[in-house]
Amino acid sequence: MLNKVVETFEKAVADVPDGAVIMIGNFAGPGGTPFYLIRALCQQGAKELTIIANTAGGIGLTLDFDDHRILFENRQVKKVIASFPFSTSPSRPSPAEKQILAGEVELEILPQGTLAERIRAGGAGIPAFYTPTGFGTVIEDGKETRDFDGRPCLLELALKADYAFVRAYKADTMGNLVYRGTQRQFNPIMATAARVTIAEVDEIVDAGELDPEVIITPGIYVNRMVKVTEDPSFPRNLDRVFWAKRT
Amino acid sequence: MKERLSREVVAMRIAKELFDGAVVNLGIGLPTLVSSFVPEGMTVIYHTENGALGFGPVVTAEDMEEKADIDLVNASGQYVTPLPGMCFFHHADSFAMIRGGHIDITILGVLEVSEKGDLANWMFPGRGVGNIGGGMDLAFNAKKVIAATEHTTKDGKPKIVSKCSVPLTAPECVDLIVTDVAVIEVTGEGLLLREVAPGWTAEEVQDLTEPKLLIDSDLTEIEL
Repeated sequence: MLNKVVETFEKAVADVPDGAVIMIGNFAGPGGTPFYLIRALCQQGAKELTIIANTAGGIGLTLDFDDHRILFENRQVKKVIASFPFSTSPSRPSPAEKQILAGEVELEILPQGTLAERIRAGGAGIPAFYTPTGFGTVIEDGKETRDFDGRPCLLELALKADYAFVRAYKADTMGNLVYRGTQRQFNPIMATAARVTIAEVDEIVDAGELDPEVIITPGIYVNRMVKVTEDPSFPRNLDRVFWAKRT
Repeated sequence: MKERLSREVVAMRIAKELFDGAVVNLGIGLPTLVSSFVPEGMTVIYHTENGALGFGPVVTAEDMEEKADIDLVNASGQYVTPLPGMCFFHHADSFAMIRGGHIDITILGVLEVSEKGDLANWMFPGRGVGNIGGGMDLAFNAKKVIAATEHTTKDGKPKIVSKCSVPLTAPECVDLIVTDVAVIEVTGEGLLLREVAPGWTAEEVQDLTEPKLLIDSDLTEIEL
């Protein structure tokens, strides 16, 4: 019988090999970040990873919490594809920033909409698409261009991953996911674009308990699910008052 | 030194560009202030890159305990409040709205803006690195791009330049420049000075501006 529920985060990420390409749901705050999967991958230790995420972690926009920053701290990352990779505070450079500037980590920086659409295209079987965004800027470098209705556009290629780590609110046992508020961000598109999608969720309910009309990520995209058991010591530095709001 | 307009007054002047039902995306910094000055009775629908439309004001420090929700933030990671009619969507849909021309107005910060309306605002000055974020898609694709800025840098150098010296966010994208001394429209013929801060002359604004300004025949003082 179909069973996607995995008991522990450790088991859920156990097969991630060195050199894997991993998408991680993430934006400018802690909401929608799969903290527990990230921590498990940090403990698992796979190296030479390519991380695809909006930020490179540790940007400290709101709260100085643990996110995929810890994968950089642990020297597990070879390359990062992101739109917002650097700390907004020059006095607090992120581990990724230091490693990028030292030439230890390769950076591919993209406009956020191009990043999102490349991921969507990857999941939708569209190998490439044209977008006006970036023409006449550094983003154009090396890319094919073509005019549509007199407007110059860049050819951008789809992005796919070996694994997607996503955060959702509720799952049912079929793997259908619903999200909460702006937690959604990159998570639903990343879930479609990876060979193995692992969802970290607050609650897992029986099939039939989620209203089919409100499901955002259809279960066929989700391979593994792990339910979060709140760990009061983690993520470090995340204000517990705000974290507690979600439950 | 003549008195310049405060950031709040610049934000108030920009708020005059909004209209009832406008879909608006505000950049980080001064642009965020604009939301405080929307005229009463006008409905403005705010869009944020991380997938929300129609949310309310930023949660104030006093209300943090009560109202902050990590799953309700704007693109700056600030906690915002819910409003009736608010909706959520994923990042690809969010940028389909931007790229598809469904955002009426975006208000963006400035490092440099050129006489052709080229905007540069993503590279951190002096750090050699920067964040592109959602600003590039907005600058390329919003129906109207308003550049909100101090007229000069902290060292007194013009931010309105003949040609940008730092990497561009988008070429020829800015429609209107609102500064702490002037309102300038980007036209096919060049930069048209339309309004000056109270007590300022066109010549004084020109002295702080690198490219030659065209002077509107109806040049007025900035009114709120």
